[in-house]
Amino acid sequence: MSMLQNVTLGQYFPGTSVVHRLDPRTKLGLALAYIIVLFIARTGLSYSVLALASAGIVLLSEVPIKLVLRGLRPILMILSLTVVLHVFTSREGVELVSFWFIRIYSGGVIQGFMLAFRLVLLVLSTSILTLTTSPIALTDAIELALRPLRRFGVPAHELAMMMTIALRFIPTLLEEAEKIMKAQLARGADFESGGLLKRAKSLLPLLIPLFISAFRRADELAMAMEARCYRGGEGRTKYKVLAYSRLDLYAAMCFTAVGVVALAL
Amino acid sequence: MPIQLNNVSFTYSPGTPFERHALRGINLSIADGEFIGIIGQTGSGKSTLVQLLNGLIKPTQGTVRVGDVTTTDKGVRLRPLRQMVGLVFQFAEHQLFAETVAADIAFGPLNLGLDPSEIAARVDEAMLTVGLPLEMKERSPFELSGGQMRRVAIAGVLAMRPQVLILDEPTAGLDPRGRDEILTRIGALHRERGITVILVSHSMEDIARLVSRIVVIHEGEVLHDGPPREVFCSAESLSGIGLGVPQATEILRRLRLAGWNVPAVALTLAEAHGFIVEAWRERSGEA
Ligand SMILES: Nc1ncnc2c1ncn2[C@@H]1O[C@H](COP(=O)(O)OP(=O)(O)OP(=O)(O)O)[C@@H](O)[C@H]1O
Ligand SMILES: [Mg+2]
Repeated sequence: MSMLQNVTLGQYFPGTSVVHRLDPRTKLGLALAYIIVLFIARTGLSYSVLALASAGIVLLSEVPIKLVLRGLRPILMILSLTVVLHVFTSREGVELVSFWFIRIYSGGVIQGFMLAFRLVLLVLSTSILTLTTSPIALTDAIELALRPLRRFGVPAHELAMMMTIALRFIPTLLEEAEKIMKAQLARGADFESGGLLKRAKSLLPLLIPLFISAFRRADELAMAMEARCYRGGEGRTKYKVLAYSRLDLYAAMCFTAVGVVALAL
Repeated sequence: MPIQLNNVSFTYSPGTPFERHALRGINLSIADGEFIGIIGQTGSGKSTLVQLLNGLIKPTQGTVRVGDVTTTDKGVRLRPLRQMVGLVFQFAEHQLFAETVAADIAFGPLNLGLDPSEIAARVDEAMLTVGLPLEMKERSPFELSGGQMRRVAIAGVLAMRPQVLILDEPTAGLDPRGRDEILTRIGALHRERGITVILVSHSMEDIARLVSRIVVIHEGEVLHDGPPREVFCSAESLSGIGLGVPQATEILRRLRLAGWNVPAVALTLAEAHGFIVEAWRERSGEA
């Protein structure tokens, strides 16, 4: 009966591992760099090196493997489709199977699995980033990363503030939704049976109170921010100042080494 | 609708880092027509406990039996159970959604599939029971005051005619007069209809004079369970968990510490007054 319990966003897994302690900017940058290397890499050997690196990071992060792999679930369909399409349509390499109308060539098999592997690594690297970095820290890092773009009119601070507020309130609203849902269930509401129209209508008793409370909260938050003299990003200092440590240097060095090796092979 | 909780535990988000044991090993049986106060500090598990009683959540361990329904049984039908066990949530005014007060109160009966004339009759009855004038029927619930909205929400549950009525902090955030009126009406409801009423509160003062049995929850466990007079005898253990006893009992306790010969417990100030006057007479008689 955990109705909304399984909806987690950002899926942050709190911890104190080396990976958790890295500066979010470092993690964001390294994840991007990893993805770039992943797309430049061509050979199976390069992929193996990158996969090993990923595995190492997962181990270091102390996040349960099960949780890391859960991130792959949504892309299972895409993965199988990629493999199937390549295996059955490619005409490269040696013919492996020739049966009725099915022809399978070695090139297709290799390509299919390589591509799927690349996708897996891509998703794993972003999962590790979001699993070990709290959403708030991540927004901070994004704000700093966007800051140079301010001169082109990108409202870096405002974007980050919007993201922070949205992230902060998603769990609150989910909790609220669960409460209202329970309250209506207690009055005999039925959210599950009936046709599409009936079901859409049955959501009204949930959505209306939820919107009302969201607006009320927005109002209160705006008031509270104003009462504490919020006036946008100009000249605003931070409570938690991001600071690089020696750890970030090590991480960057290790990563450069992995990248160079992966691309050289 | 006797209710029986057998060794019930409940854990939020089990198996995740956010795991939280809200209740552990609760044994409780509630007979028909009882008036029970559940009391405990913030976060002690009161709201979790009452949600178990109508199957909104199911125990992680143990069983909850209501009448002849066990909520954890396979294929159990929960909607009839929710009609029999009416639950008014904490801050129930946040659940209002309809365009008019009447439509909101009618939501529950409508879900029961009753016919319109019956629903209309129940709406009127429920409004009168909670003390809302019938002229308010066509008003929007969002134009009402907080206390009035709370009453609309309570009426919405009463209109389902539950045999067990559970109210989760029905007076939180109301002014003293609104609080007293709602409590008085709940007391009358219990007397007149003979239904089981379970009142959740974190204020001893509120429930001392109303209920016939108090269950004290502390950190997810039952700490005391008995008639108010019995429970209030353990003033030390109660104040140890930040609950305290009603003022009337507290006065007597201090007088006893000062060497006065008064009974240990009084539920209302009037009762305490009587005891003190008597003790005073006794003393002056001796002198
Ligand atoms: N939906 C939830 N998910 C996770 N933990 C929860 C949830 N609801 C309650 N808890 C936790 O379970 C414990 C008991 O909560 P509960 O709401 O039952 O307390 P309560 O006695 O009703 O408190 P209050 O007087 O504040 O209403 C608390 O520690 C709370 O943090
Ligand atoms: Mg509560």
